[in-house]
Parts: sequence; structure tokens; C-alpha cells
Amino acid sequence: MNPAVVDETEIDRLFKTLKNEAGNGGYFLNPDVDFTKNLVRGLLKNEHRYGYSACPCRLASGKKEEDLDIICPCIYRDPDLNDFGACYCALYVSEAVAKGKKITGPVPERRPPRSGRIKKSAIHILSTAPLNSLPLPVWRCTVCGYLCAREQPPEICPVCKAKKERFERFI
Amino acid sequence: MVIEHVNGEKKGKVMLYALSTCGWCAKTKGLLRELGVDFDYMYVDLLEGQEQDNAMNEVEKWNPNGSFPTLVIRDKKSIIGFREEEIREALK
Repeated sequence: MNPAVVDETEIDRLFKTLKNEAGNGGYFLNPDVDFTKNLVRGLLKNEHRYGYSACPCRLASGKKEEDLDIICPCIYRDPDLNDFGACYCALYVSEAVAKGKKITGPVPERRPPRSGRIKKSAIHILSTAPLNSLPLPVWRCTVCGYLCAREQPPEICPVCKAKKERFERFI
Repeated sequence: MVIEHVNGEKKGKVMLYALSTCGWCAKTKGLLRELGVDFDYMYVDLLEGQEQDNAMNEVEKWNPNGSFPTLVIRDKKSIIGFREEEIREALK
């Protein structure tokens, strides 16, 4: 299969899934359907060629462990929605933008440049300092901020559906 | 072939560094076509290894963040992101 070719039915299927998941999680897809489906095409192309759905608007390395921050939804989505009303790609937009009450401009790149990226192991430790007498570690979803106290992070974030590898140890 | 060329009205060298999957890159390329200017573009995600590294070094010269689209006009000015008014103004 040519990884550059993405089937239209596959695009429609993922578009519907993302739209449903966004709706259930309090997020909004960009109401410009053609623009959004084109981004979905990019996500699928990246999934096919890299094996993970890297952000279509950023250059992926092809090494998943270096790109965990930009697997869609990226860890920059929520702060960008807060500050600019759209994620970097404008796949996701704020409620005001989705309802046409506000328009967005270009979103500046929040991801550090190549030279400034810190290589982190999949599940890394933010801090162990003050609360290390807790009976369980606290895990944080780097995508949505969901916290849970348990031996291991969940397989899938119950809030935003990000996978286990995107959790970091918070406390 | 790494650099693609689009014929049009010559306004000096216009080089677009883009990703084949990026929505804003597509909009920028669409705007250049609409303006009818002569330009070159490169899809950096379609390059591999050293060729991609070289392209990224070039992008970072103009845009230290290395983000896309990066539009370089007449080897003097860069416009980062789909900034429609700025692009129209620069290519008047």
C-alpha cells in the first residue's frame, strides 16, 4: 500500500470519530469541514508512514519516543486553545470560534525548536520531592491534565483517550 | 526533484518551505497561486535523512523555530505561518 494515498472512507470514518470524541470531551473541531478533513487526511498519512498520528502541521522525526508531545491531540492543544482559540493546526478550536463568535489567526509554535527539545523517556518523573510519603504515585496525562493516583497510569486516559505512554509521573 | 517550481509573474525569488500534510501550508500555497507569482516550494516531510536535515537548517536560518509554512521572499524577508495580509503586501 502506498502510504501517501489515504482512502476517502478512512478520512470520513476518522473525522466522525474525532468529532464524537471532541463533543463528548468538551472540545470542538474546526467547523470548516473541508479544511478539517484535509488535516484528518494528514493525520492518517502520518499514521501510515510513521506508525503514529503525528501533528500534520509539524515535522515528525519518525521516532515515536521523540514525538510523543506532538501525537494528536498534542500536549500544546489545551494551552493554545486557551490563548489563541485554536490548536496549532486549527483542527481543534475553542467554543467561541466553533460558534463563529470569534476568529483566529496563526498560532505561534509552542513546541521547542529541534535544538531545545528535551528527550524524555515515555513515562518520566516530574518531581519526587515533597509528597513522597503518599501511598500511591500520582500520574498526569500530558494531553489533558487528568490526574490519577494508582500504581501505573491507565492504558487509556478516561478523559481524552490519550494512550498510557503519554502520562508522566506528577507526584 | 526536491524543489518544485510554479510559473507566474516574476517578483523576485519566492521560496515556500512546507509540509505536504499541513493545512496552513496548503492555504499559503493556494494564496501564492491565486496571486499568480512565480515561486518555488519544497515539502520537507517528503525528504529523508541528510536532505531533510539540510532543508531544516535552511528553514531555521529564517525561522529559528523551524515551523511551517516558512515563506522566504527575495532572500531577505521571511513570513512564518499563513499571514495572508502580510504575504499579499510583500508580493504586491
